[in-house]
Amino acid sequence: METALISPANAWLFGFIPTMIFSVLIPVIGVACFTYIIARRAAPLVRARHDPRLNHIGERLMAMLKYAIGQYRQPRYMMAGVIHITLFAGFMILSLRSITLVILGMHSGFVLPGLGGVTGQIYSVLKDIAATFVLAACVVGMVRRGIFRPERYDVPKRYGKDHTSEAVFVLGLITTLVTCDMIFEGAQVAAQLQKGLHPEFLLPGMGSWLAASLLSGSSLVTLQRLHLAAFYLHDMVFFFFLCFLPMGKHFHVITSIPNVFFMKLRKGAIKPVEWGVDETKLDELKSFGVKKFEDFTWKHMLDFYSCADCGRCSDQCPANAVKRPLSPRFISIKCRDYAFKNYPIRGEMTPKDEPLIGAILSEDEIWSCTTCGACEAECPIFLEYIDKIVDLRRGMVDEGMVPQSLQKPLKAIEKRGNPWGKMEKKRSEWTKSLPETCNVKLFENGDEAETLYFVDSISSYDDRMQNIARATACILSAAGEDFGILGKDEKDSGNEVRRFGEEMLYQDIKAHNTEAILDTNVKKIVTADPHAFNTLKNEYTGLPPVEHISQTIVRNIRAGKIRLKPAEDDGKIYTYHDPCYLGRHNGVYEDPRQALDAIAGLHRVDMLKSRDRSFCCGGGGLMLFYEPEEEQRMGVLRVKMALKAGANVIVTACPFCLVNMEDAIKVSGLEGKMEAIDLSELIQRHLETA
Amino acid sequence: MTQPIFAYITHKNGVADDSALELIVAAKKIDPSAPVTAIVCGDGAELDAVCTAMAAVYPEVWKVSSPALAYPNAEVVRGVLVNLLPAGAVTLAPHDTFGMDLSPGLSVKLNAAFVPDVVGIEGVDGVTLKAVRQEFGGQVSTHIHCDMASGVVLNIRSGVFQADDSKASGAVVDKSGQAGDCKAKRRFIEVVAAEVGDVDITKSDVLVSVGRGIEEQENISIAQELADAIGAVVSCSRPIVDAKWLEKARQVGTSGKTVKPKVYIALGISGSFQHMGGLKGNPFIVAINKNSKAPIFQVADIGVVLDLLEFVPELTEKIKEMK
Amino acid sequence: MEILVCVKRVPDTAENEIVVNGKGTDIERGDLVYSVNEWDNYAVEEAIQIRDRVGGSVTVVTVGDGDSEEILRREMAMGADKGILLSDDAFNGSDGRGIASILKSEIEKGKYDLILTGAQADDGAAQVGGMLAAMLDMPYASLVNKIETGSGNTIGIGREIEGGNQEMSEIDLPCVLSIQTGINEPRYVGIRGIRKVASVEIPVHGAGDLGIAAGSVGAAGAKVKRVDYFVPPAGEGAEILEGSSDEIAEKLIELLKSKGGIK
Repeated sequence: METALISPANAWLFGFIPTMIFSVLIPVIGVACFTYIIARRAAPLVRARHDPRLNHIGERLMAMLKYAIGQYRQPRYMMAGVIHITLFAGFMILSLRSITLVILGMHSGFVLPGLGGVTGQIYSVLKDIAATFVLAACVVGMVRRGIFRPERYDVPKRYGKDHTSEAVFVLGLITTLVTCDMIFEGAQVAAQLQKGLHPEFLLPGMGSWLAASLLSGSSLVTLQRLHLAAFYLHDMVFFFFLCFLPMGKHFHVITSIPNVFFMKLRKGAIKPVEWGVDETKLDELKSFGVKKFEDFTWKHMLDFYSCADCGRCSDQCPANAVKRPLSPRFISIKCRDYAFKNYPIRGEMTPKDEPLIGAILSEDEIWSCTTCGACEAECPIFLEYIDKIVDLRRGMVDEGMVPQSLQKPLKAIEKRGNPWGKMEKKRSEWTKSLPETCNVKLFENGDEAETLYFVDSISSYDDRMQNIARATACILSAAGEDFGILGKDEKDSGNEVRRFGEEMLYQDIKAHNTEAILDTNVKKIVTADPHAFNTLKNEYTGLPPVEHISQTIVRNIRAGKIRLKPAEDDGKIYTYHDPCYLGRHNGVYEDPRQALDAIAGLHRVDMLKSRDRSFCCGGGGLMLFYEPEEEQRMGVLRVKMALKAGANVIVTACPFCLVNMEDAIKVSGLEGKMEAIDLSELIQRHLETA
Repeated sequence: MTQPIFAYITHKNGVADDSALELIVAAKKIDPSAPVTAIVCGDGAELDAVCTAMAAVYPEVWKVSSPALAYPNAEVVRGVLVNLLPAGAVTLAPHDTFGMDLSPGLSVKLNAAFVPDVVGIEGVDGVTLKAVRQEFGGQVSTHIHCDMASGVVLNIRSGVFQADDSKASGAVVDKSGQAGDCKAKRRFIEVVAAEVGDVDITKSDVLVSVGRGIEEQENISIAQELADAIGAVVSCSRPIVDAKWLEKARQVGTSGKTVKPKVYIALGISGSFQHMGGLKGNPFIVAINKNSKAPIFQVADIGVVLDLLEFVPELTEKIKEMK
Repeated sequence: MEILVCVKRVPDTAENEIVVNGKGTDIERGDLVYSVNEWDNYAVEEAIQIRDRVGGSVTVVTVGDGDSEEILRREMAMGADKGILLSDDAFNGSDGRGIASILKSEIEKGKYDLILTGAQADDGAAQVGGMLAAMLDMPYASLVNKIETGSGNTIGIGREIEGGNQEMSEIDLPCVLSIQTGINEPRYVGIRGIRKVASVEIPVHGAGDLGIAAGSVGAAGAKVKRVDYFVPPAGEGAEILEGSSDEIAEKLIELLKSKGGIK
């Protein structure tokens, strides 16, 4: 068959060097380099801790399809998301074309199996479109990164150098790749037209068509040169790009799909201290948590490699928003830079036996996290932060590095089962001022009941929060539930103890509570504290089903056991603040809203940041005892959001949220204009008494 | 009882500490008829000034002069006292950072009994001294019986024995010759002054002082607004400084500043003696605290048992209206 | 440097009201939990930091009953090398001087360069350190909030004195220092740490081991005896303003005006 131009597989350089040599050499060298680089990058992962991620393959594949291939979370940031989806889809389509091109250099007229005939024609059009869109996305991306510079991408001085140049450079490489292909093909078609041969079909308006049009006046010699030059430039850039990816944030191009496949499937539960070590054998471990880099699991290292530096985590992070010394994005970046430094591509690998705290991370940074999970809910490729933070805290606790303000509550929990060190016998004192119609059974007195109301520390002891306990008891009573409390036999649920890295104390109180609960023979557990709800449901084992009071309320409303009075016409506009441990960690978004909407005539609005984008109140449990450096309080920001939504009542469903919201209202000087109330209190007020 | 009583006088810049006038009151509670001798250690003109002043209060003043005593180093002073004091002496010292340094060891060296931080003296029965102390941060008190047959050293809490109008025209006896070599294995180098803040709480006649009851750093503004309304300065107790909510220079107490205001408004301050130790000059004390059992109500003139977070803004508002 | 730290097990009374029992012989201890005296904990941390800096060992010692072993373990979990429990029925009822002389007997069996105590404990007496120094003929400093170790036979110390000032001195070794809170930030001791030292043997020394004559310590040897506990009758203090908060505010303003509290 006569061809318009000599293909790279048959061409000669200077008339005596067959270009085929380059067609073979470039891929061989490229693939060799790439293999070497990947092997070097894999080195720390091999030394890392065990992490079983090969279970639930079906579920993993589905998640991979949805989140990696389907780019499901990308449009949460619309502009960047659309650009990324364009690039990603383009990459997927063009990868076949690139492979074809590489082989074309060795075998003229090569087509991938299955891409001949009509399919090939369709693919050809498709990839024309893809390449053109990728080119457009690159230009938009470069303009956006280089000129508009969204704040999210800023790198504060203390975190190292700006990454814009790297981003723009890579966009430039991609631009070069697609442009080369366009010229390669455009020149071919232009030559075909000049020679009067039947030209390949090019979709008008697309890049290759444009190239063909622009080149239509060029001489055949020029076209031939351009054709070959574009080919080899593509070939070289392609393999350079491949080897460049593992050098920085664009490693995600390679690692993100497996990273999503290996994602953490069960939210709400913190990883064990050491995978494969039974809770009863923890005493035998020499060291706890992450102290040096190699203490991370291989998946957590893969996370560092996979971070695309998109900054969404930190953009959503409440700690970052109030200028605490924590930015989840830079946990990843700093750890990746550290890995690259100690495990370089060339030269000796120098794993350091030094603690990360002090070297690249600071104590305040790690204590600043409220474990709200906003970062994890946002990350398009499912990087984990909470488990890493907790592992780092475990390491600090093991070394005794615990802020003084946290030592007292931890010790008090150890001694008395509550962070204030109050007496055990006073744990049920809140029941003394209950209305007569509400009777709370006490298991410690030998009472029996169907349901256990797990109160947890703050609602048991805090003067203000005891009202939540009373409201909860009244609701349960109104619904005709047969329930009781553990009283002095209840200890703190330990949700925060675990998240603050004191695993052994957590194990102790978990064992104590589990035994106390099982002794009661209850069929069901209800709690109004999402922190207790989370750990009882996700981390305790062998317990009866656990329900949050909002679920109990909705269930009983549906069953007609609870009837609610309509709202008074008092101009109140309610907004529901999703507690992190109810919403993000356990997916309970609808029940509390349904409970509110069951109050006829109640005017409810949602804040801009709600459901899985809810903004943490400032944290509960031990976070109440920690005083981080911050410019303002998270709660204050949250109250402003409620104000902006037009609300004057913030309803929450967590005692810690209520503490922080009420404080924030005072601090913001909004007393009288804004109020906060717990869902259970609001429902109790509207209980229709029979 | 025939045991002689001695009072150790601490002084600074040629002026005796307030405790000097309180110790003689405490001494009279032990034995109203016993002559009480003041012991003043020091050097130069400052020492003479203090001795002269003490001679107007105490019937006898022992003066011990040495360059080694220019700064009150308890290790040196203890050696001096061991040389000077007769067997069976009753020795009083203030329970402050000097007295705590001096007295326990002194009692051992004199083979005398020791009662620290005395808040009450209920008399003597034979050789048994009956005193009152406090334990558990002042939450409970205890009666103490002390065998003073071979002498006793008492550290007296400052402020509990109100100075009376004791007058004397005592003689100053120079005991320097019997003081010994004034050497010790601990040598004073210098005093590093506490950081100076932007406000001098010692210069204000009216202080609005905040304690743990303020709960949150943000609530300090409540105190500041009251202070602004009445022309006062905000001071605080130690927990507030420990939490870094206010600077050290605003702390009232034995480990903070000693202040002598006319009016002291204590917001959410429990009233530990370490705090009250920094409050001198018998000010008019108003305590606002929701805990009616707070020890501050024992020493305050006026008490308000309400939640300060609610009451104080109300009070401030009223004061502003009035103006 | 060989360092000995004297510690005491005390009830944790920060959050809970202390109640005197019916007869006034003691406080109600049934509902109290115990831990190491806060000042002592700072002393142990300081000792560990000094040891880590200059070498040597840290020994913690306490006078108490079998329950006191718990705090020795906690301090060993913190990093102390050795614990010694001084326990004997004959020690019961000792006054400060008795405790000091029991400690002295133990100290004389070893060779220590530095002996630390907390500045005070639950009884607020602040006496044992100073007595111990006098008995051992060692120099003493109380309320120490800074220790600078050098190479010679002296160390630099700072004491917290009135006005928040710091008195700097040089003191010869061996010496006794009582440690003020805030000198350092004591490390956290978790359950894991305590379990690690759970099986370490802690020697118990009684009066016989220490060569102490029975009558010289304990209640028999005490010159100072606590007769009872009591809560002083309330109401002798402030005049409590009554009424609505509005009325109280009015009264208070009048009072403040008359005392020159409002300018």
